[in-house]
Amino acid sequence: MQKTSKAPAAHSGNKHPLEGIMHIVFLVAACFSIFAVVLICLFLFANGIPAMGEIGILKFLTGTMWRPGNDIYGILPMILGSIYVTAGALIIGVPIGLLTAVFLARFCPRGAYRFIKPAVSLMAGIPSVVYGFFGMCILVPIIRPIAEKYDGSGFSMLTASILLGIMILPTIVEVTESSLRAVPESYYEASLALGATHERSVYAVLFPAAKSGIMAGVILGIGRAVGETMAVIMIAGNQPRIPDSIFEGVRTMTANIVIEMGYASGLHREALIATGVVLFVFILILNVCFSLLKRRSEKQG
Amino acid sequence: MENTASSVNAINRVTLSQKLKNYTRHPFSLAVFIVTTLAAVVTVAVLVTLIVWVLIRGIPSLSLDMFSFDYTTENQSMLPAIINTLFMVAVALIIAGPLGIGSAIYLVEYAKRGNKFVNVIRLTTETLQGIPSIIYGLFGFLFFNGALHMGYSILSGGLTLAIMVLPVIMRTTEEALIAVPDSYREGSFGLGAGKCRTIFKLVLPSAIPGILSGIILSIGRIVGETAALIFTAGTVGEIASGLTGSGRTLAVHMYLLANEGLYIDKAYAVAVVLLVLVLALNGASSLIAGKLSKGE
Repeated sequence: MQKTSKAPAAHSGNKHPLEGIMHIVFLVAACFSIFAVVLICLFLFANGIPAMGEIGILKFLTGTMWRPGNDIYGILPMILGSIYVTAGALIIGVPIGLLTAVFLARFCPRGAYRFIKPAVSLMAGIPSVVYGFFGMCILVPIIRPIAEKYDGSGFSMLTASILLGIMILPTIVEVTESSLRAVPESYYEASLALGATHERSVYAVLFPAAKSGIMAGVILGIGRAVGETMAVIMIAGNQPRIPDSIFEGVRTMTANIVIEMGYASGLHREALIATGVVLFVFILILNVCFSLLKRRSEKQG
Repeated sequence: MENTASSVNAINRVTLSQKLKNYTRHPFSLAVFIVTTLAAVVTVAVLVTLIVWVLIRGIPSLSLDMFSFDYTTENQSMLPAIINTLFMVAVALIIAGPLGIGSAIYLVEYAKRGNKFVNVIRLTTETLQGIPSIIYGLFGFLFFNGALHMGYSILSGGLTLAIMVLPVIMRTTEEALIAVPDSYREGSFGLGAGKCRTIFKLVLPSAIPGILSGIILSIGRIVGETAALIFTAGTVGEIASGLTGSGRTLAVHMYLLANEGLYIDKAYAVAVVLLVLVLALNGASSLIAGKLSKGE
């Protein structure tokens, strides 16, 4: 879909004045997304960076204590919280997601495909509050008895990781499936002709060929997991300290913003916006990785 | 192409007994096959559990007084939230629709291939798509509520969501426009029509199903959004008093009910309504998109 302007040009005779006007109208519309990104960056950085300066960037990023009451703002627990929970989500979501994608692309009977494919895209459409509610009412009671043996609670890192793992499934499945389908059929046929089984051809030949596309899908999944807010707030416990075990509660950067923004003021409020800036930088880095991998997989295709 | 493929398939057809025999010779392949299938079963099972659980627990707690026009502390009616949601969808789409479709038209019909400017637009669109909703919420809070003095309002929430769904509308419209055969354009130009007339009379009408399915997809995003709205549109439970009034949408309503912990039954009921809405929107979107691919 990266083709641009495949349209043949109209004859360049005497143009109607409306043509020029409409050209400009469409051009302005196209500029809007650039405008929006610039505006978002500008407002976030302008509002967040002064607070970082006031608190001290190192103190802010590596401080392990978050006590707005005493004007102590260290967001390391939240950064680690986001990283831990995302890592947990990947451990659960990536294997299931990749295997499901392989199943859809290469193993699925046509009848089942017509049912499973829409099911996966429906999963992407379910609101995160509903996932959060599902986690709160089903996952938390399941985890609670196990966690209590280890002095933890049901509202824990483990619960959040499982739920996020489920939530990133559709992203990973969709990207991986389409990159598996983009591998030329001749690869698969050649492998079969050499005597490999269907399974071996898929996993030893197609899978490596689709590597960059699959990585792009995983990175997209990481982005979803890092940025997820409401579902995490509802089940992660939200204690602003570095957890010692997977059965303890964590607070992510996203949760930190939503929980305290409602009543924060002054430096506290700015520190929360600065948390948003850190999150935004994380996302921008992930976005760049995603774009690079996507370009590469397109070139290979 | 189609014929050769089917004849090759006919030659290569493997019967079940052949397959079994093959698997006994390669037990590892059998294990891989089982694991792969199992993963797909898990994925589907999670979704089915979620839907069945919400419906079973939620439908009995639906009652008529949850659809009253007044939100009170005794009766947390969800009808005001539904009306606010419709309001929000309208505001966001009125802004994002023309902008998204317009920029897609520019990218497909006007921009020259390999243009640097086009690459920048693509990059920013991808960036917008990757930004999590809480960042949109924070931006809306700082820009619309703060800098533009809109306060907690439907307008502020709608504008924030408009930026959020813009890339969705842009991408689906672009795909739909690219799918329109070039011969349509050539025919139109050949008959002496200008570029504008060609776009509005020929290209856009034939791309409508694709554009519509994108718009429905973005309605789904708006209906399900919470994090971007809490600090832009606010959390007032009543019907918003116009564009400048604050009001919670259905998803925000559900979050607040579930988080307070006192009205879990009501949260279940809202979950049913949300889930049915999302199911319907998803169904409609793929139905329309399906029609598109059949028409090709």
